[in-house]
Amino acid sequence: MSTLEIKDLHVSIDTEQGTKEILKGVSLTIKTGQTHAIMGPNGSGKSTLASTIAGHPRYNVTGGTITLDGEDVLAMSVDERARAGLFLAMQYPVEVPGVSMTNFLRTAKTAIDGEAPKLRTWTKDVKEAMAKLRIDADFTQRNVNEGFSGGEKKRVEILQLELFKPKFAILDETDSGLDVDALKVVSEGVNRAHAEGNMGTLLITHYTRILRYIKPEFVHVFVDGKVVEEGGPELADRLEEEGYDRYVQGAGTATIAAADAAAQA
Amino acid sequence: MTDITTEKARIGAPSSQPFIDGFTEEGESLSPLNSAESKAPLAGDAVKAHSHGGGVGVPDSSRAGRLTSYTLADFKPLTGMEEDWRFTPLKRLRGLHTEVLGGAAPAVAVTAPEGVRVETVGRDDARIGSAAIPEDRVSANAWENFAEATVITVPANVQTEGEVSVVLTGQGEAASAQHLVIIAEKFSRGVVVLDHQGSAVVSENVEILVEDGAELTVISLQEWNDDAVHASSQQAKLGRDAKFKHIVVSLGGDLVRVTPSARFTAPGAEAEMFGLYFADAGQHLEQRLFVDHAVANCKSNVLYKGALQGRNAHTVWVGDVLIRKEAEGTDTYEANRNLVLTDGARADSVPNLEIETGLIAGAGHASATGRFDDEHLFYLMARGIPEKVARRLVVRGFLNEIIQQIRVPAIEERLTAAVERELAATDN
Ligand SMILES: Nc1ncnc2c1ncn2[C@@H]1O[C@H](COP(=O)(O)OP(=O)(O)OP(=O)(O)O)[C@@H](O)[C@H]1O
Ligand SMILES: [Mg+2]
Repeated sequence: MSTLEIKDLHVSIDTEQGTKEILKGVSLTIKTGQTHAIMGPNGSGKSTLASTIAGHPRYNVTGGTITLDGEDVLAMSVDERARAGLFLAMQYPVEVPGVSMTNFLRTAKTAIDGEAPKLRTWTKDVKEAMAKLRIDADFTQRNVNEGFSGGEKKRVEILQLELFKPKFAILDETDSGLDVDALKVVSEGVNRAHAEGNMGTLLITHYTRILRYIKPEFVHVFVDGKVVEEGGPELADRLEEEGYDRYVQGAGTATIAAADAAAQA
Repeated sequence: MTDITTEKARIGAPSSQPFIDGFTEEGESLSPLNSAESKAPLAGDAVKAHSHGGGVGVPDSSRAGRLTSYTLADFKPLTGMEEDWRFTPLKRLRGLHTEVLGGAAPAVAVTAPEGVRVETVGRDDARIGSAAIPEDRVSANAWENFAEATVITVPANVQTEGEVSVVLTGQGEAASAQHLVIIAEKFSRGVVVLDHQGSAVVSENVEILVEDGAELTVISLQEWNDDAVHASSQQAKLGRDAKFKHIVVSLGGDLVRVTPSARFTAPGAEAEMFGLYFADAGQHLEQRLFVDHAVANCKSNVLYKGALQGRNAHTVWVGDVLIRKEAEGTDTYEANRNLVLTDGARADSVPNLEIETGLIAGAGHASATGRFDDEHLFYLMARGIPEKVARRLVVRGFLNEIIQQIRVPAIEERLTAAVERELAATDN
């Protein structure tokens, strides 16, 4: 049983116009076995939260803490975080020229486990995981994400999730750009990883359609760098119907709702 | 890679002028070391140093018109302003362009498979001059001064197993001249590895004759000590239906300047020219190649890849491809890719394609210089891979494309290890 705890997180970035504060005090606790969904309008800071957890150097943490089972995540380098069990499925996975998928997957697995996987079982594991995600076998020969379609990139992110077996998975809009079939295949992948019982999930999404496949226990509404409301799965449905106007326009309502949510928590 | 400069072109249309718009490479790119008085010194940006279609300066003269001669006196003393010397720091040539090259040439040790003839001959041997003629002063200086030549012959119809290994070990700092002749007679097949090691100041001429129907691979490895200075003109003459593969690997040395060329003399021949270079702080690694499509229906393919790291690591790649009027049906492509790993390194990349006939199958070039990207690094590290390992993964992948062309397992392994050592050097 592990806990990922984010407390009063403030994050800013350096832009040409100067420093810009993006996260304005985010608090969130995820435990093994739980699935949390984060929903919020464009530009509200969802990817910023995800990237900050993963340790992207662009984001400066100006206040607050992130801990994994009490360990200070912010003190860890990017690779240390991954080895500690954090996994970020990126909204825009990066193409890495010159590095084959096979080589990449084996190198990452070796780094995460601290020892090289046994070649025979590893090859079999990769093959099976790829088949389940309906990724063509010849993808292993291709360079990491190079020339992959949007949907293919997302599947390959989930492939890594299944192979690396993290303690916490942060899925940044993994559902965006997927057709209905792919959405199902990818969701099943996440659910398989979850079913092993050792993972907590933070799912960032704009759409409730993925929530038909992946069931969150908690839904957090994210507006302007803050969680403004928290609730159960029913909150997602309401958001789909009503949108975010309520939070964006009536800042007062949002504050009250957030306070309510905080009181309930 | 981000921050990339790229051009690509396929040309199939006739052109009245020798240069296609945007294909000339000229102008401000004088080596800052040679041209203190230059009005337009190079901008400092390592990554964008490739200045395509630069603007100022005299228009390039056709490669076809370059002076060639066996006589040193025919070449004027170098100033560093010459088109083909503008990137080279002449001061670091250690006299290769000015002195009588009387020092002891690198010692030659040849191990050859059965059937291959190896001879040491005097200057008057008939085969000397059969494939090459100097195209610059440093090469002519070596021609005038070499004492004896090594001639390697794969006899007609002989298909050798294994490679001919030619180890050239530097004998010290006195400027010297070297001469080699490699002949693949009709319908023979062979692989020759020139393995340059030790410390030397040497100008070298390598003549390569690939006769009708022969298949020859020449691999030139420059794993010199840090202080070596090496200029090497490696000229190949290709007969009908000949197949020639040339691979240049420059890793060691203070200044290494390799000028390989492939000249087609009869139809149906093919040339593949590959190169790999890895420049560290202070190193100058230059490669200027020339493919002369002088006859119809020949094919050429060029790919050079370079990595750079450290302050004042400097690489130069110039690829001249000339498709003469007679060379109908030519198919050619040349590309150069550079990966800049640290600040303060500089890659110059100049593809030149001259097309004098429109009746060709294809002609193209590409050049890209990219920087090892923080986003690549982040992605790999976010999967648990430590920074050093991530860097190696990317560079190894980048350079592997060339290494795997070598197809001599022992050398592939050796070069892979050498690349690892280069990478390990950045870690400190
Ligand atoms: N490099 C940058 N320069 C300037 N602003 C930036 C930069 N990176 C992020 N931002 C800004 O930070 C804010 C939060 O961006 P973020 O990507 O976290 O939003 P998001 O909630 O993930 O949006 P989306 O739903 O569109 O993915 C946005 O206003 C964005 O424009
Ligand atoms: Mg986002």
